[in-house]
Amino acid sequence: MVEMQGPSLPDPELLKVLRTMALGRAVDERCMNLQRQGRLGFYVPLEGQEAAQVGCGWALEKGDWVCPAYRELAVALTRGVPLSLILNQLYGNVGDLSKGRQMPNHYGFRDYRFVSASSPIGTQIIHAVGLAYASRYKGEKVVAVPFFGDGATSSTDFHSGMNFAGVYKAPVVFFCQNNQWAISLPREKQTLSATLAVKANAYGFPGVQIDGNDFHAVYRAVREARARALRGEGPTLIEAVTYRMGPHSTSDDPRRYRTPAELAAWKARDPIERLKAELVSRGVLSEAEFEAMQEEVRAEIQSAILEAEKLGPPEASTIFEDVFQNPPPNLEEERREFEEFVKEGVVRP
Amino acid sequence: MTELTLIQGVNKALHQAMKNDPDVLCLGEDIGVNGGVFRATDGLQKEFGEQRVLDTPLNESGIVGMAVGMALYGLKPVAEIQFLDFIYPAFDQIVSELAKLRYRSGGQFPAHVVIRTPYGGGIRGGLYHSQSTEQLFASTPGLKVVIPSTPADAKGLLLTAIFDEDPVLFMEPKRIYRTATGEVPDGDHRVPFGKARIVREGTDVSVFAYGAMVPTAFQACQVLEKTGIHAELIDLRTLVPLDIDAVVRSVEKTGRAVIVHEAPKFCGFGAELAAILAEKALYSLKAPIARVTGYDTPFPYTLENLYLPSVDRIGRAIQRTVAAG
Repeated sequence: MVEMQGPSLPDPELLKVLRTMALGRAVDERCMNLQRQGRLGFYVPLEGQEAAQVGCGWALEKGDWVCPAYRELAVALTRGVPLSLILNQLYGNVGDLSKGRQMPNHYGFRDYRFVSASSPIGTQIIHAVGLAYASRYKGEKVVAVPFFGDGATSSTDFHSGMNFAGVYKAPVVFFCQNNQWAISLPREKQTLSATLAVKANAYGFPGVQIDGNDFHAVYRAVREARARALRGEGPTLIEAVTYRMGPHSTSDDPRRYRTPAELAAWKARDPIERLKAELVSRGVLSEAEFEAMQEEVRAEIQSAILEAEKLGPPEASTIFEDVFQNPPPNLEEERREFEEFVKEGVVRP
Repeated sequence: MTELTLIQGVNKALHQAMKNDPDVLCLGEDIGVNGGVFRATDGLQKEFGEQRVLDTPLNESGIVGMAVGMALYGLKPVAEIQFLDFIYPAFDQIVSELAKLRYRSGGQFPAHVVIRTPYGGGIRGGLYHSQSTEQLFASTPGLKVVIPSTPADAKGLLLTAIFDEDPVLFMEPKRIYRTATGEVPDGDHRVPFGKARIVREGTDVSVFAYGAMVPTAFQACQVLEKTGIHAELIDLRTLVPLDIDAVVRSVEKTGRAVIVHEAPKFCGFGAELAAILAEKALYSLKAPIARVTGYDTPFPYTLENLYLPSVDRIGRAIQRTVAAG
């Protein structure tokens, strides 16, 4: 574990960090409720991982590539993606940049170099290596960061990505959020390896294990790994030790596989409470100001949700778009038939 | 024009593409120093350097996944999978990632990768150096599937693939890598996708083939010509996009169809062709559609010549189809 070294950023910036973490948490709470009310189809919460996500996102520069899994809402917020675009994806509405094609939480935002996420585990890890290689080939001073969990360290493309990045000394920062649970499988049953960070040794580059609930530790570790990558010294694996406080998704019931005592122990290490307590103890923030900050983010979310719910579904004909740049004749024929069916009322979009 | 073999056509296309555009990179196992196990990439690393011609670790998922990352950036990577039989570790990357990125991102993240891979039997390669599984890929929306049968098409279709906007699986008929020879246009020769080639014209029966089955089917047609059967042979060239018009037009003319491929019959690409003909040309048919294919077994080693469609088997199917009505 990296030692505490005091604040990593000036206080005004830390207040922005805290606000982003609080925003992530508040979006999470609202979306879990919206799903329970039947207003959202599905949701993947990130509660408990705010310091890891915001810390890593904050340490990156404009132009760096993010290859997310599906739990990285707070990374998107940190990278500057507007809340409205995130909500439009969750609703799969006409404002969704991916045209309602994916389940909630599978975001992609080209303008922010936030690559479209998929559901298969670990596949994005090797994409980051290709992106990093290509960026360097084109003379850009940027890194690529794949986000993944403890479960993904058992996947094929964790190995592919780590091995290829090592061989080509690609400017990649492998960011593993070890949140202790891959749905129902605990970290200790995922691998016999003493830590996940130690796996980097076999690929010939450093792996560091850090306290993923400590914003400062995360921020510093990613800054250091980023600088190292851009000096041409190759990739780093960062294992941010954290905890998924909520279920895997709205379809999961964690009471089947873990104890209330374990959850309570981790809640005592809540990353938002921790940063807040530090800022309060140093006199940077008062309890009342924190309450006001919470109210402010809740109001922001409320109005964004109302806006997102005003938007209808994507145009029916978009179902046939973006399969290919140039659609083959069979697809064109299906589109024509669909349009006829719409005209005849056989299909009612 | 230069007289080349099919694999030389592949090599010329790669060379031309890399010369045209610095964003074209090649990656794969043994493709650099060694020039590829079949020598498809011979000389490329020497000319274009290690940054553009990457010898990769032995990991097909890694090769395709890394190529996807390069393509997400905007490069034009050409990945080699040493044998189609070894592509399956990359199946997830191809089917779940490569083929779906454009669609799932609403067009924000197209990933244009060309995957070149030798396929097919007849080289004494046994189970794992012989298979034809184009149907697995042709049924994946978002992926183009291209199979040349001549040196000129190998060059022209590969150049089109590399400068296309969509992901392409480029399957190379390795059995005829060196036996198929012919004149190949010099320079930046391109052959468009979705345009089938009429290898020989005929009036009695339409024979559909692609890749290494084209020369075999051609021989069968030549033999039957002497018996008075005028067979039309169509080389499909690209399974996706498929030249549906050419397929239907030919059968409207001849009234009979024989489909040839190396892959097993059950759910093979021939099933799609037969279904298209049933939908669009049923009333032109004078006889049942015939399929001459590999058997519904894994690929055998010692008995591979009995497994693969031969001149005689194709000829027999044509005769029967013509005799049937």
